[in-house]
Amino acid sequence: MSKQQARFEPYDFNGGTCVAIAGADYCVVAADTRMSTGYNILTRDYSKINKLADKCLMASSGFQADVRALQKVLGAKHLIYQHQHNKQMSCPAMARLLSNTLYYKRFFPYYTFNVLVGFDEEGKGCVYTYDAVGSYEKVGYSAQGSGAKLIMPVLDNQLKSPSPLLLPALDAVTPLTEAEAIDVVKDVFASATERDIYTGDKLEIVIVNSDGIRREYAELRKD
Amino acid sequence: MSNNSCMDLPAKGGFSFDLCKRNAMLSQKGLKLPPFRKTGTTIVGLVFQDGVILGADTRATEGPIVCDKNCEKIHYMAPNIYCCGAGTAADTEAVTDMVSSQLQLHRYHTGRESRVVTALTLLKKHLFNYQGHVSAALVLGGVDCTGPHLHTIYPHGSTDTLPFATMGSGSLAAMSVFESKYKEGLSRDEGIKLVSEAVCSGIFNDLGSGSNVDVCVITKGHKEYLRNHMLPNPRTYVSERGYSFPKKTEVLMTKITPMKEKVEVTEGGDAMEE
Repeated sequence: MSKQQARFEPYDFNGGTCVAIAGADYCVVAADTRMSTGYNILTRDYSKINKLADKCLMASSGFQADVRALQKVLGAKHLIYQHQHNKQMSCPAMARLLSNTLYYKRFFPYYTFNVLVGFDEEGKGCVYTYDAVGSYEKVGYSAQGSGAKLIMPVLDNQLKSPSPLLLPALDAVTPLTEAEAIDVVKDVFASATERDIYTGDKLEIVIVNSDGIRREYAELRKD
Repeated sequence: MSNNSCMDLPAKGGFSFDLCKRNAMLSQKGLKLPPFRKTGTTIVGLVFQDGVILGADTRATEGPIVCDKNCEKIHYMAPNIYCCGAGTAADTEAVTDMVSSQLQLHRYHTGRESRVVTALTLLKKHLFNYQGHVSAALVLGGVDCTGPHLHTIYPHGSTDTLPFATMGSGSLAAMSVFESKYKEGLSRDEGIKLVSEAVCSGIFNDLGSGSNVDVCVITKGHKEYLRNHMLPNPRTYVSERGYSFPKKTEVLMTKITPMKEKVEVTEGGDAMEE
């Protein structure tokens, strides 16, 4: 057997799944509330959804210590922006800022898988999806985290968003209503919980529309 | 003339370790092994006043994904002996089936009911022989002419004889329940309740265990296999809208290219034989 040297392992994986859907006049972002490490559960009640600006939220799964650090950095940069420009950052601007912040640590990355949700300049819902080093894309819906590969195919099928391969390019937002989108999200998380050990306990759903921000909870399997 | 070939055929069954060198070389180059199907698992057993009670969860995992939500982990060994298995699913199934057959043959040979220590010795000999490569951690329990017995068997072949035992990734969660609440001379209902509680503790606190609780009660001359004795994890949400899937794939583009006739059809020839 090869010699095993004691090494400092800088990352841990805390599990969890995040989903975001953009509609014509609303956005839905949802994440489970389980935080785990290895085969153990650390807590059943941990929120992965965070507010970055007035109508801009971020959901992150992966290594939660890196998520916290990333939020602090984004919060500080947003505060400086507000002082310099006398206004809150718009969602597309925040999206770019997040991408740059992630790429800044290209060679010792934040182990975070993010989705950013908010309203664009025209007031339509938008979802930005990221990888760990800052590659991002504006999409109509996205899933990230341990259950993402179970959820994405169902969203592709059910949200009836136009195919990105069509020409001329059609708008990415889903034609579903807010209630229908929430129903899809609940069902899709219930299914992911059945098959992914890191997803479960409780589902936190945050809905952003012209009336403001609303939070809903749904129970998930606890095993 | 036979040359000194480096490729020897494995002798009459058993494992050939030739590919281990290849695997070591590949993993040195950075290739990761595909995950095998482990049972994650919480398995427990305890001795009560009339016999033995075994319990197990029903989740089988392949890495982080649940591949079977309701598998059976309590295996039949003999009419009076059952065995719970944790570790690699294929290994536990193969080893318990093999020893079960051997016990059957032994029963025909001797004309007597099988004893738990016989099963124990057959299992530990097999596992020690394979030096831990057969990854099966077992909780063996049964009642024979000498009384109730409960044993644990580790993948390398060591065994313990215990009044209560737990194995698998959820063993710590289950053992905490047993250590708090076990006492000698439990009644049947108390025993079943304690076993269920221990398995539930594994199901809810260990990510490798989940779904339902299976229980098996073995007493002198009688056994009860309570499959899915508890179902504490129903699906939390079913969409009322239901799903309708469009029958066709979305057509993005239609382009027809006529092919020249390349096929010649000739009549005659032999008919196909039946």
